Amino acid sequence: MSDQSKTSAPKPRARRVTWLILSAGILIGILFWGGFNTAMEATNTEQFCISCHEMKVNVYQEYTDTIHYTNRTGVRATCPDCHVPKDWVHKIVRKIQASNELYHHFKGDVDTPEKFEAQRIRLAQNVWRTMKATDSRECRNCHDFESMNYNKQESRSSQSHQDAEDAGLTCIDCHKGIAHQLPMEYDPEQDAPGQSIFYSVRD
Amino acid sequence: MNRSVAAMLLGLAATGLASAIAAEDVTSLRGRAVTDESDPAVNKPTVAVPGGFALGWEKQPPMIPHPIDKYSIDLRQNGCLKCHSPATFEIAKAPKVGDSHFFDRDGVKLDHLAPRRYFCTQCHAPQTGAIPLVENVFEGR
Repeated sequence: MSDQSKTSAPKPRARRVTWLILSAGILIGILFWGGFNTAMEATNTEQFCISCHEMKVNVYQEYTDTIHYTNRTGVRATCPDCHVPKDWVHKIVRKIQASNELYHHFKGDVDTPEKFEAQRIRLAQNVWRTMKATDSRECRNCHDFESMNYNKQESRSSQSHQDAEDAGLTCIDCHKGIAHQLPMEYDPEQDAPGQSIFYSVRD
Repeated sequence: MNRSVAAMLLGLAATGLASAIAAEDVTSLRGRAVTDESDPAVNKPTVAVPGGFALGWEKQPPMIPHPIDKYSIDLRQNGCLKCHSPATFEIAKAPKVGDSHFFDRDGVKLDHLAPRRYFCTQCHAPQTGAIPLVENVFEGR
């Protein structure tokens, strides 16, 4: 009996220490992970996006005139709904890319409407290329071909959507400039669906 | 002296009259100021008519049989050309801009849309489903 207690004496202490380390680890983990995600979500709001005047005086103003800002039913798509992927891995990649935008913000590269306008074609093309490459992933979070009722669409839209689906086109092929102004250099005649020149990199 | 005073008085009177006219709101047949954008008729959705509207007379600019509120015609670009330009109409299955729109006033053919034809909605109008205020007795062709 005494022999048994002697050999098993260090065991409860080691176990206690293990539990302590484990639970402390879990607690710290929850705090850090929760904190990280909360902070990331905070950067994923419209309020955060337009806290930079580059966004507030240019693209945000244009967006307030569009259907994604104001419409019959009051359902809105805010900046991150279209510009930040929903799933975690792609979201993190986009957030890391966004640090480049911070750099240009502090450098003041687009801090006047004139400077912004001069860069608009390049910035817009960056977004168009990304959307083309991801098959308009962010659009499709809400707008899904599968869930579209073509009978409820205008005949023009219905036909175009079915043609686009058959041709393997993606939302951005036709729907450019729906939330922001189009660049001065954009020419609708050179943007026929499937034959657009606006995905190539300009020199 | 007398004449110049009279001219001045006349000028003043004219200015007063002009401002009085301007201050008075021009009302439409619907009883609202024409500038009042809360008029439900103004905000009525544009009708979409597959196949388009029949022409009422020879050389009538065809009416626009679909909503156009998502397209803009401005300094940057003309949204109508996305589907109606010679380069895109086949893909878009849309009617092409009339050939007459590529001539300037001297009859010289241009390789682009004539500037005087740039603002499509000056002649081509979309239609809303508003109930007509007066009976239309026009007999088309």
